[in-house]
Amino acid sequence: MAERRVLVAKLGLDGHDRGVKVVARLLRDAGYEVIYTGLRQTPETVVAAAVDEDVDAVGLSMLSGAHMALVPRVVEGLRAAGLDTPVIVGGIIPEQDVQSLREGGVEAVLGPGASAEEIIEAVEAAI
Amino acid sequence: MSGIPLEPVYGPADAVHGDFPGQYPYARGPYASMYRTKLWTMRMFAGFGTAVDTNLRFKEILAHGGDGLSTAFDLPTLMGRDSDDPLSAGEVGRCGVAVDTLADVEDLYRGIDLAGVTTSMTINSPAAILLAMYVTAAEASGVSRTDLGGTLQNDILKEYQAQKEYIFPPRPSLRMVADTLRFCTAEMPRWHPVSVSGYHIREAGATAAQELAFTLANGFAYVEAGLAGGLRVDEFAPRLSFFFNAHIDFFEEIAKYRAARIIWARWMKDRYRAERERSLQLRFHTQTAGVSLTAQQPEVNIVRTTIEALAGVLGGTQSLHTNSMDEVLALPTEKAVRIALRTQQVIAHETQVPHVADPLGGSYFVEALTGEMERRAEELLAQIDHRGGGSMFEGVVGGIEEGWFQAEIADSAYQLERKLNEGTHLKVGVNAFTEGNDEPPPETLYIGQEVESLQVKRLAEIKAERDASLVDAVLDRLRADAGRPDVNLMPALLEAVRSHATVGEIVQALAEVFGRWEEAPAI
Repeated sequence: MAERRVLVAKLGLDGHDRGVKVVARLLRDAGYEVIYTGLRQTPETVVAAAVDEDVDAVGLSMLSGAHMALVPRVVEGLRAAGLDTPVIVGGIIPEQDVQSLREGGVEAVLGPGASAEEIIEAVEAAI
Repeated sequence: MSGIPLEPVYGPADAVHGDFPGQYPYARGPYASMYRTKLWTMRMFAGFGTAVDTNLRFKEILAHGGDGLSTAFDLPTLMGRDSDDPLSAGEVGRCGVAVDTLADVEDLYRGIDLAGVTTSMTINSPAAILLAMYVTAAEASGVSRTDLGGTLQNDILKEYQAQKEYIFPPRPSLRMVADTLRFCTAEMPRWHPVSVSGYHIREAGATAAQELAFTLANGFAYVEAGLAGGLRVDEFAPRLSFFFNAHIDFFEEIAKYRAARIIWARWMKDRYRAERERSLQLRFHTQTAGVSLTAQQPEVNIVRTTIEALAGVLGGTQSLHTNSMDEVLALPTEKAVRIALRTQQVIAHETQVPHVADPLGGSYFVEALTGEMERRAEELLAQIDHRGGGSMFEGVVGGIEEGWFQAEIADSAYQLERKLNEGTHLKVGVNAFTEGNDEPPPETLYIGQEVESLQVKRLAEIKAERDASLVDAVLDRLRADAGRPDVNLMPALLEAVRSHATVGEIVQALAEVFGRWEEAPAI
């Protein structure tokens, strides 16, 4: 079986990258091939990277509150590119927004209390 | 938490650091009488929505007994983008207040006597621009720049290392820091032009010893930048201040603050030949650790914050921000902010803790741990100095350019995460004592989308009213001055903000000369 590939990205202007780096390392240690885009990605650059790298899942790290403006654009971009790649969001997402993100096609939303186990389970389930 | 091996008990063999507070090297505190003469400043960080929204929150904080203001800016402002920039979509007014032009800064502090309060502004890459706006707004309200007291964070080095809110490459950014140092030294005697910040380094994952060493290294780099800019050390060192984290490892934090004062005093005296006492005395602001808070059972965060705040006070902090219990979920509600401020008031007025300066001085354990923190930090400082070939400025910039600090911090963050996952480090509600985790979360502050359209409309109005040819002219001057490293940028910035040039326009003009910095992605 080919190695499963996950793209993790930091979307928007926020630079707090502790979470995204820890998650990237957790997934790498769990056997995934992890592609980290670096900071300040736009929905367009994330979609392009997901297409180029032919990934099995996309993980988006959000803290700043811009998730409602940016995350749906990633999902739409992937679908427009003909991909059904699952999108998982991690970070600080108010309860009110979790439901709308899910309805907009986001596979899972992980809060600041998510454990390593929960993160890996969510990725497994999404793929 | 740093993995410093602890003995079950400590005895009298261990060294004591200094006889009394207020005496070199100030292990026991910068001042002889500490809080008996003056309590720490209860400075609560706030900012959200439009300038008008935040102005109301400021007035509430002052009415509830807070005695200093601390301004949080939104991400577009921190990153030098206007509210109508496509990259700002979804970010306007969310993590702080949106500022595009001088008009927003005037709204932000309207009705507040700027000669009577001290104001802290947490901004880094565009710090010089916001300083120019603050000075201009204050002078328009009749307060002279010489009477303005407060702090500009203006610590760009830790942005490359930890918080990653950088715009320009390190060297031109440091030239702007040197320009503000020279401007404030000459014209704003009550102002602190740089707050050398370990807080963000720690939040990004550093250990206490790394926070201590990297922050002091950055401080020494700014001293060298000021010296290279033609200032004498005793002209500007007294106005440098520090900002540390207060994490949950109680005694380690107290030891960290004590060690910070010792190392700063010794280096400033021996290496930089400072003579004024205030150049040697490290003074700092403290914020309790955001990363120590948990989404699970968030009310428990009040307890964590209390313990951390007490560590800051026992460590001799000059000002303190206590986090709100719900900050791990969203921006805090008014009630959560009030409880956080009340936490400080309980420590200040009920516990009697402030009545004695450095009450832990002479504790076998605290003194031994102070020595151990000092030793670990000095080792890291020696590495940085070696990297720079005897220049802390070059050591720090080189370490940033090569990604060394960034990798050290990410490694420490991952090591702690592994301990949490393995259960070798227990955290209440996270990997132990999880009963109660299913309770519904508390109500949080929700910021709707309407702030963005309001702010974009406000910006369009300002742009329509201003003299466009004047804006072009001041931006041309700014580009020209940016190209001449011997020219201080502050006069051109003051002129630019007066013309209502936007933060984004000013940053773009500078970026055309300085370039923009991008970090190579590394896990």
